[in-house]
Amino acid sequence: MKFTPFYEMHVNLGAKMLEFAGFQMPMSYRGVKIEHHNVRNNVGVFDVSHMGQFIVRGPKSGEFLEAVTTNNVAKLEKGQAQYTCMTNENGGIIDDLLLYHLLDGAYMLVVNASNIEKDLNWLKQHKESDEIELIDISAKTAMLAVQGPNALQVLAPHTDMDLENMSYYHFDKGIFAGQDKVLVSATGYTGAGGFELYFASSKSETIWNAIWESDEKWGLQAAGLAARDTLRLEKAYCLYGNDIDESTSPLEAGLAWITDLKTDFIGREMLLKQKSSGVARRLVGLELLEKGIARKGYEVLDESGQVLGQVTSGTMSPSLNKAIALAYVNKPYSRVDSRVWVQIRNKRVPAKVVKRPFVS
Amino acid sequence: MSELPKDLHYTLEHEWVKKEDDLIKIGITDFAQGELGDIVYVDIDTLDQELEAGEVFGTVEAVKTVSDLFMPIAGTVVEINEKLEDEPELVNSDPYGEGWIILVKPTDPQDFASKLLTAEQYQSKIS
Repeated sequence: MKFTPFYEMHVNLGAKMLEFAGFQMPMSYRGVKIEHHNVRNNVGVFDVSHMGQFIVRGPKSGEFLEAVTTNNVAKLEKGQAQYTCMTNENGGIIDDLLLYHLLDGAYMLVVNASNIEKDLNWLKQHKESDEIELIDISAKTAMLAVQGPNALQVLAPHTDMDLENMSYYHFDKGIFAGQDKVLVSATGYTGAGGFELYFASSKSETIWNAIWESDEKWGLQAAGLAARDTLRLEKAYCLYGNDIDESTSPLEAGLAWITDLKTDFIGREMLLKQKSSGVARRLVGLELLEKGIARKGYEVLDESGQVLGQVTSGTMSPSLNKAIALAYVNKPYSRVDSRVWVQIRNKRVPAKVVKRPFVS
Repeated sequence: MSELPKDLHYTLEHEWVKKEDDLIKIGITDFAQGELGDIVYVDIDTLDQELEAGEVFGTVEAVKTVSDLFMPIAGTVVEINEKLEDEPELVNSDPYGEGWIILVKPTDPQDFASKLLTAEQYQSKIS
């Protein structure tokens, strides 16, 4: 069992803990709905130190990353971050990740905790040159996500970095709460706005305490993984292991926008074929029309009971108060307003395909 | 610390059972609702059915998880708490009162409580 540097803080806040990707993580503190609404309306702090970070550096690191990720690395300016994924030769998704362009010839990759080993091995295997350094800094790096409309007010008093004018998917590195080398990016997995902070684990206590000095009027609360999941699902952000994995392609998952087929990368040929012949299934948003909650693994059916695909994530949306889900369905049914049914135990509950995100 | 009334009986599946004349009322314990978190839907589709002890009579859905509900004893489901249709959160806020789930007519009225746990026994299972 692994622990993040904030484990004691979570326990002191009375968090309900669960094991996630080998880490003891906070699932919720005061209740998922309270935390969810507080992030949408005020601001929440999430410990996401379980996530993995790698540094890739060397003169050819940009070309190397171009060859292993689907997005266009050449377009990524210094000080910018990019959502991208790594695909295998079949076009299946090995992981989805954030890529930060730190300096000339230096990048940081932020990967899913459950995929750290797999990603490292994959990158090592394809790193042809010894001039490219690949360093796993996950174990000594802490990460907090401060998300919500009041995130700026919570963070700005502790730094000279210009967070107010930081554009979405940009970042800066500087002093935060007296600690140097803190990377702050305008990114997140909630769709509520806000920032993510990366820093050496040894600085965790100081940074955590500084964030909690925030004026009461901003409404800062801790938020756990359960709220992180409902928040991301309302925005239809993919969760690795649920909505995407090695059996799904970025084109099927609605991630064509991070797949630049003009760049050459592993998996491109299969994806070009898929694009020209058309994908057979697509990840869609579903809204249930009667009571019930669609959960991962439930079957999606047509009117006659024929299986169209499977639910990959589902929950009761705290913002909409409706049951929402992501599911793969055969293409004719992927159009918005298509009527489908979800098999929930012994019942067939009607649902319709809706636009993603569920909450704009 | 969760609440555990002494006058109720309990099951290992975290249900409570209360005798009300010749019927028994069933709900889930304070401990169970706390573990589940915010309950968003209570799905009971066994009204008027006669079920064996241990059979699933419904499910409670929290934001993150779904959990089956098991019959503590054999009996017929004669009433379901209709308030939960619109206010499933009553199971969180008042698990032993307004948040009750079903009323059952036991198949064998003599059998009541013989296989159930006392508050002390249940307490030792969850602590």
